[in-house]
Amino acid sequence: MTKNIIKFLKTNFMCTFIAVFLGFMVACAILLITGYSPSLSMAVMFNAVFSRAKFIVNVIIKSTPIILTGLSVTLAFKSGLFNMGAEGQFIVSTIVAAILGIKCNFHPFIQIPMILCAGVLAGAFMGGIVGWLKAKYGIHEVITSIMFNWIALYMCNFVANSETFHKPESDGTFPINRSGQTLLFYDWKFSQEGRDYLQAHPILNDIILKTDFNLNFLIAVAMAILVWVIIYKTKKGYEFRASGLNPDAAQNAGIDVTKNIFYTMLISGALSGLAGVLSLTGSSTPVLHVLSVFENYGFNGLSVALIAGASPVGCIFAGLMFSALIYAGQTLQSKIGTPSDIVNIMIGTIVFFVALVRIIPIWVNRYLQKEERKNAQ
Amino acid sequence: MHDISREYAVQMHGITKYFGPHKVLDNIDLDIKKGKIHAVLGENGAGKSTLMSILYGMYSADYGKIYLSGQEAHIGNPSDAISQGIGMVHQHFMLVDKFTVLQNIVLGNETTNFFGVLNMRKAKKKVLDIIEKYGMKVDLKEKIKNLSVGMQQKVEILKALYRGSEVLILDEPTAVLTPMEVDELFETMNSLKQDGKTIIIITHKLKEIKKSAETCTIIRKGRLIDAVNVDDETEQSLAEKMVGRQIKLFVDKQDRVPGKTIFEIKNLSVRCERGIETVKNLSMKIRSGEIYGLAGIEGNGQTELLQCILGRRHADAGKIIMNGKEIQNTDIKNVLDSKISFIHADRHKYGCVLDMTVADNAIMEKYREKPFSVNGFLNHEERDKFTKQIIETYDIRPTNCSHQKIRNLSGGNQQKLVIGREIANNPDLLIAVQPTRGLDVGAIEYVHSTLVNLRDQGKAVLLISLELDEILNLSDKIAVIYGGEIVGEFRQNESDEQKIGLLMAGGKEND
Repeated sequence: MTKNIIKFLKTNFMCTFIAVFLGFMVACAILLITGYSPSLSMAVMFNAVFSRAKFIVNVIIKSTPIILTGLSVTLAFKSGLFNMGAEGQFIVSTIVAAILGIKCNFHPFIQIPMILCAGVLAGAFMGGIVGWLKAKYGIHEVITSIMFNWIALYMCNFVANSETFHKPESDGTFPINRSGQTLLFYDWKFSQEGRDYLQAHPILNDIILKTDFNLNFLIAVAMAILVWVIIYKTKKGYEFRASGLNPDAAQNAGIDVTKNIFYTMLISGALSGLAGVLSLTGSSTPVLHVLSVFENYGFNGLSVALIAGASPVGCIFAGLMFSALIYAGQTLQSKIGTPSDIVNIMIGTIVFFVALVRIIPIWVNRYLQKEERKNAQ
Repeated sequence: MHDISREYAVQMHGITKYFGPHKVLDNIDLDIKKGKIHAVLGENGAGKSTLMSILYGMYSADYGKIYLSGQEAHIGNPSDAISQGIGMVHQHFMLVDKFTVLQNIVLGNETTNFFGVLNMRKAKKKVLDIIEKYGMKVDLKEKIKNLSVGMQQKVEILKALYRGSEVLILDEPTAVLTPMEVDELFETMNSLKQDGKTIIIITHKLKEIKKSAETCTIIRKGRLIDAVNVDDETEQSLAEKMVGRQIKLFVDKQDRVPGKTIFEIKNLSVRCERGIETVKNLSMKIRSGEIYGLAGIEGNGQTELLQCILGRRHADAGKIIMNGKEIQNTDIKNVLDSKISFIHADRHKYGCVLDMTVADNAIMEKYREKPFSVNGFLNHEERDKFTKQIIETYDIRPTNCSHQKIRNLSGGNQQKLVIGREIANNPDLLIAVQPTRGLDVGAIEYVHSTLVNLRDQGKAVLLISLELDEILNLSDKIAVIYGGEIVGEFRQNESDEQKIGLLMAGGKEND
């Protein structure tokens, strides 16, 4: 009986759970030391996420880009690459999507797929360059992708400040044309008919009217499944894994490792690109902002992938949790004045503990072995 | 077990050690008299290295006591061991390549003056004294990277002596040496012994025990089997004690007339990373139904030759011809497709992906073909069926391992999977590089008989090995590679070890 409980402790799920729990504990300790009430803060955070349908939907919507960048990092990671450039690939995608979205105005059936494809290709292109440099010249992907992040950031600011796109008296561009947005019920919910209908259904009102209601999350879930299928069920995924885990042995078995590095970064970039373009088209203020610092969609993707233990499906849950924490942090600051930084501390400690709790299975095994030894004697 | 006495340099009593749930050493006793050369004999994984690591303070025993010269000793780490007069020469040397011999010897135990400035003159004198005393010829000013492996080993021994070792542990000291260097090592060991030093050699080579040691402790699967006087034993009796059953020290092999040449290398030249030509104008012909053994010391161009055959290194000149087709400077895929298969020396690095499952490893060269993958998707059922077949044919244990990571299998079972996988390609030529490295005697027997079987089916085998005995034992034709050239070729029955050993070390045939 106790043995089973102890064995349960070493499952991946439990380890992650323990890490999250420890992250919360550290946050509580810090709150306590700095004179905030941990119990009140936690209660506020809980309510901030679960008390209204609107909040839950917002958390889901906000999780979409980081699930996708998380998947992007995960896929690269499975092939032994560290895609630090998800941020830049994300930004480049939004730039391309914004330009097309502002300049073109076709029927949504053309406009939306066009913008999506362009964004995905932009991300793939940027990832592809990183992969190509690594494959062809052995330049480390972490170095190049960090460089590209900054190039993307300044490129974004250049476009956002340019005469053609800059909207006067704002910190960004004009919004993209309505035809390119992926919001659901957008026109309807502000029409008289829609208002009347939603008034009668308060929960729907909360979900649809008060949020940037869209179905991008479903795309992210589909991508998580797709990435899982690619990694574990396809020939290419087999090559990715083998090349990532042991490039020498893979090469000796006739697998073209350099080509796989390129393909991996291409797909990884495409996923980050998809995150970027969807976060633009799925927003009710679809503009390209001048960035003074990174918005961290890509870097948060790294944390998501780490918390998920590089499991594609795990990225969905890690992304949701991450999004909930960020969302709750904002409420925390506005409601009781606790700096929202506490949430960043929490996320940081969780990532740290996720790495640390790998020791639990080792402890568990050691304990079980000792028991076995005792029984044997 | 003997009584605790000052006569014994080292006594280890009741040593028990666990690694996880595994008892790797079970109540082992070891008594070594002062001024003796003592061998610790056992198969790979028997626990002999672990036992010596305990003596050297790298591990601590769970139970048991260690006595040095009749005094109980507590050895918590290697520094403790060194300060109590125990020195160890590891199988893989711990030397700084770019330092000179003297710098390496002194490293970690430097003599300095009052201000902390090195006093190399004093150190040098001490080292020279040791060198003179034991008649070891080493140039102190030479850099390590310019020395042969045998020389490097001498430096390691000097290092231990410089630190005042009275007991010297040598871990598989002959593994990388030429026969001549082995003889030199034994001379050094003898002169150390005359001076009253105690020497422990860890080995699984019977011939060398007979040649060098006086007493021998035999360990099998973590248990003490026997402690014997070497003179009372034969190689065969030692082998049987080591393995625990009757074994064949030599492979049964019928004479066989080889067929036509199927693999040929013509005037091949290859350069290494540093741009030095390490394979020079090399030619060889391998016929079907023949095991062609390539003997040579590490670093004489074998690696570059292999990489060139694999298509991973550019051939500057010459041809590699397989079944009439030139394959030099193509890619690995093309090489595999021309019916050559490989068993790599380092299976962990080059042969398998340790963190993938046994089944995934089994299909590494087949995954791209039908029925293992169809339209870009893997067929896991076919994969598992194929894996099961290999597991059954090659008796891989445990039999239900196909979904475990291959990391969890023992070395012998990993190698069986690799061999099974390669033979399933039905190659015309199998290139086996050190196929028995790190395997126990049972597994070695199996691998050898598999290679001979393959030859009897009319396939060709190129055996590249650093173990001369393995080459002499298996090969129909033996070639010696030195400095990137084939310096001699013999038929099995016309070769003799002395001559081959000389050629391996760079001597001329008619010297």
